[in-house]
Amino acid sequence: MSATSATGYRAWLLADRPQSRLQARCGQGYATVLRFAANRLALLGFFILVALVLIAAFAPVLAPHSPVAGNLATARLLPPGSPGYLLGTDDQGRDILSRLIYGSRLTLMVVVLVGVIAAPLGLIIGAAAGYAGGWLDAVLMRITDIFLAFPKLVLALALVAALGPGIENAVIAIAITSWPPYARMARAESLAVRRSDYIAAIRLMGGSPWRIVSRHVVPMCLSSLIVRVTLDMAGIILTAAGLGFLGLGAQPPQPEWGAMIASGRRFILDQWWVATMPGLAILIVSLGFNLVGDGLRDALDPREAGQ
Amino acid sequence: MTPLLTVEDLRVEYPTRKGVVAAVRGLSFTLGRERLGIVGESGSGKSQTGRAIMGLTPPQGRVTAKRMDFDGIDLLTAPPKLRRQLRGGRMAMVLQDPKYSLNPVMSIGRQIIETLQTHETVGAKAARDRAMAMLEAVQIRNPERVFDLYPHLVSGGMGQRVMIAMMLVVGPSLLIADEPTSALDVTVQLDVLGILDDLVAKQGMGLIFVSHDLRLVSSFCDRVLVMYAGRVVEEIAAANLGQAQHPYTRGLLACMPTLGGSRHPLPVLDRQPEWRQ
Amino acid sequence: MSAVISVPRPGRGYAGARRVLIDLGRFLVVIVTTYLGLLAVTFFIGRVIPIDPALAVLGDRAPVSAIARVRLEMGLDLPLYQQFLIYLRQALSGDFGTSVLTTHPVLEDIRAVFPATLELATLGTLIGSALGVPLGVLAAVKRGSLVDQVVRVVGLIGYSVPIFWLGLLALLLFYAELHWVAYPGRLDLAFEYTFSPITGLFLLDAIMQGEWDVAWDAFRHIILPASLLGYFSMAYISRMTRNFMLNELGQEYVVAARAKGLSEPRIIWRHALRNAAVPLVTVIALSYAGLLEGSVLTETVFSWPGLGLYITNSLENADMNAVLGGTLVIGSSFIALNLLSDLLYRTLDPRTRAR
Repeated sequence: MSATSATGYRAWLLADRPQSRLQARCGQGYATVLRFAANRLALLGFFILVALVLIAAFAPVLAPHSPVAGNLATARLLPPGSPGYLLGTDDQGRDILSRLIYGSRLTLMVVVLVGVIAAPLGLIIGAAAGYAGGWLDAVLMRITDIFLAFPKLVLALALVAALGPGIENAVIAIAITSWPPYARMARAESLAVRRSDYIAAIRLMGGSPWRIVSRHVVPMCLSSLIVRVTLDMAGIILTAAGLGFLGLGAQPPQPEWGAMIASGRRFILDQWWVATMPGLAILIVSLGFNLVGDGLRDALDPREAGQ
Repeated sequence: MTPLLTVEDLRVEYPTRKGVVAAVRGLSFTLGRERLGIVGESGSGKSQTGRAIMGLTPPQGRVTAKRMDFDGIDLLTAPPKLRRQLRGGRMAMVLQDPKYSLNPVMSIGRQIIETLQTHETVGAKAARDRAMAMLEAVQIRNPERVFDLYPHLVSGGMGQRVMIAMMLVVGPSLLIADEPTSALDVTVQLDVLGILDDLVAKQGMGLIFVSHDLRLVSSFCDRVLVMYAGRVVEEIAAANLGQAQHPYTRGLLACMPTLGGSRHPLPVLDRQPEWRQ
Repeated sequence: MSAVISVPRPGRGYAGARRVLIDLGRFLVVIVTTYLGLLAVTFFIGRVIPIDPALAVLGDRAPVSAIARVRLEMGLDLPLYQQFLIYLRQALSGDFGTSVLTTHPVLEDIRAVFPATLELATLGTLIGSALGVPLGVLAAVKRGSLVDQVVRVVGLIGYSVPIFWLGLLALLLFYAELHWVAYPGRLDLAFEYTFSPITGLFLLDAIMQGEWDVAWDAFRHIILPASLLGYFSMAYISRMTRNFMLNELGQEYVVAARAKGLSEPRIIWRHALRNAAVPLVTVIALSYAGLLEGSVLTETVFSWPGLGLYITNSLENADMNAVLGGTLVIGSSFIALNLLSDLLYRTLDPRTRAR
């Protein structure tokens, strides 16, 4: 049976006339993946993100030294390339490479938590507003627009100032300022879908608004939402690093990348690596999210990519 | 009488991910100071033909031909500057939908004057007068008012008249009308066609009328070229359309229901693969 | 006559005036609710979140009597909505409280430092637009070429690099190594006490007064932070310009313009860019707002005595009044710029002007 061979699967996925909805959906997904993979920059971004996850997961195995305990006596401010310390050490004698590796866990945590909080929140608010219409729509959109008009970093700053420093508070602060764009997108989609005939048909069949929104409106928003969330992640990482730089994120001795830059600032003239390495890490991860986001957008909507 | 336009074996090709796609495959015709209609469905290559003659094919497309002469000028070897001078000056094109083909942030009068000042040196006052005269020539009754309006404020019919004025103000000898009435309501179509008819006759222009509407083209033009899949399948005088030979043309003719004719079943075009050859 | 859709002309009779009033009313509602929202959020942060707002404002070393007085002022024993009204009244009259650090009213402090931030953000936006718009146009016109790739890479890095880190590296290179620029602050100590500003924008003031050595010094101080902000502004503006131009260049009116025989430069600048300018102006306004926000981190790195540095200093000293006051000011500017960009869009696009 050729269905089990690789070419058999491929033929099934790329068939011109799919026999079932499942086949059509899988085929679309496969075509998207192919388009994404053809984009070399997007692939690079993807590998960066995979590396981030793997490094965070296997940090204890990968890091040569402890990220929090340093050798004050003999290992202060060693330059990169010193034996045993690939990227050098900081002023507390801690290995920078190990700190970066463990810091990836904090970065990943921020990214995942903010995404998990802000995206569904925005999605639900926007979809509900768009589908319900009327005064609910007006009120919710006013609230969304108000939050949209606020400066993210400054508000996150003020919020963390009130709540106290710490990475959980930083996550909350960032998430609260990040959901409005998703609400806007979800509302636009659900407005477009609301009037269509197939929704009317479902309503005639007795479908409740909840069912309609969750099973029909939400999936329409998903692809543009995923692209937007991925792209926003880069900015969220930068905002979190900014908060860390100001001392408002994870507290010492936790190896948060932004905080590492702040503490390395004093030695920038002679021991430039203490502040430079964490910044490079932030740059690379942020770049990864941007590349993947751009690649996803081009893959999911080929018209945008141009011919 | 030397023909105005001679085209021999025109090919327009586009590279795509799946290989080279030919939009036009070996088209040949000559045009004098007469009206030629090019009829075809979407994808038949009729629009691409017009654009290739004008030199408006997008840069990724490749235009080749054995011969493409306009009024003694070899279009294939002409430098880009010369082709640009010809465009709007001696050969003009009217596009389909004035909602999209007029610049939304420029007033109507300015856009007409712009064509004028590109091809002739005229002072501001003289240019304005000529633009007004052109608006009157396309039967716009209040040219002073329309002159200062922005395109989105006028209806489709008036917008198309503005487009005609804008393209014909310099007095070209060749006009390519690419679906000029397809975006208009039926009643307005007749008005605009009448204006085109009048201007073409008055200025003695050659006209290429591109459309998907066989009946419209046959009533308006002297000769008809039927295109399918990038090729000409039939070339016939409009008056003799009833004696068309090619099955595609006959199929098109049969698709048009006539009053009092049989209605069951309504004939549908059955495309044969060999027509693609 | 029936071929022309009727245009409601503002100022022409009752119907026209009514429409303008409705639009104005709608606009005012937006401004008021957004600003109220901002005040509600700062109220929430300042009064609702802290367990003891009075303590949060004064710091834990304040005498008990002072805390009691402030508690009374804030009306902390009153129900929440009344507290909010008190807060509203204070904020709208400019009473942001007193700074624990400087013992001045916060508004006074902010008035002293805000021009520095404005100067930085303005120069940054100027640099960003002057570079970003032409680069974006070039990238769109020569799509896929080397220029396009370079512009996209430069923009991509601009979206990915932490501004404070880049600032530190820039200082290292241009100040510590090359000595091309001056740091910290806005002027050398020598000038700081002899120079009297007019607008608060030192570079402008020095030029206006003909004090060329002061102007040069101010320039040497501002050029690096402004270029840094300008880089980020340019990354954003060039990307948006490229997108808008690509969109316009694919429109039918561009084909029509070519059919008229217009030259390519004319089509690009007078036709496509003219249309792209409408959303582009709003993008520039938004970029300015973003730079106001970005100044918070930049001023910290460059010790630039603006509103951003004021906020971060106050943060370190737990000066809640100052932090919230600064947040309100930046937030209000942000909102104002967002609304300005909306307004600009409406005025510049003839299609929306008629409505």
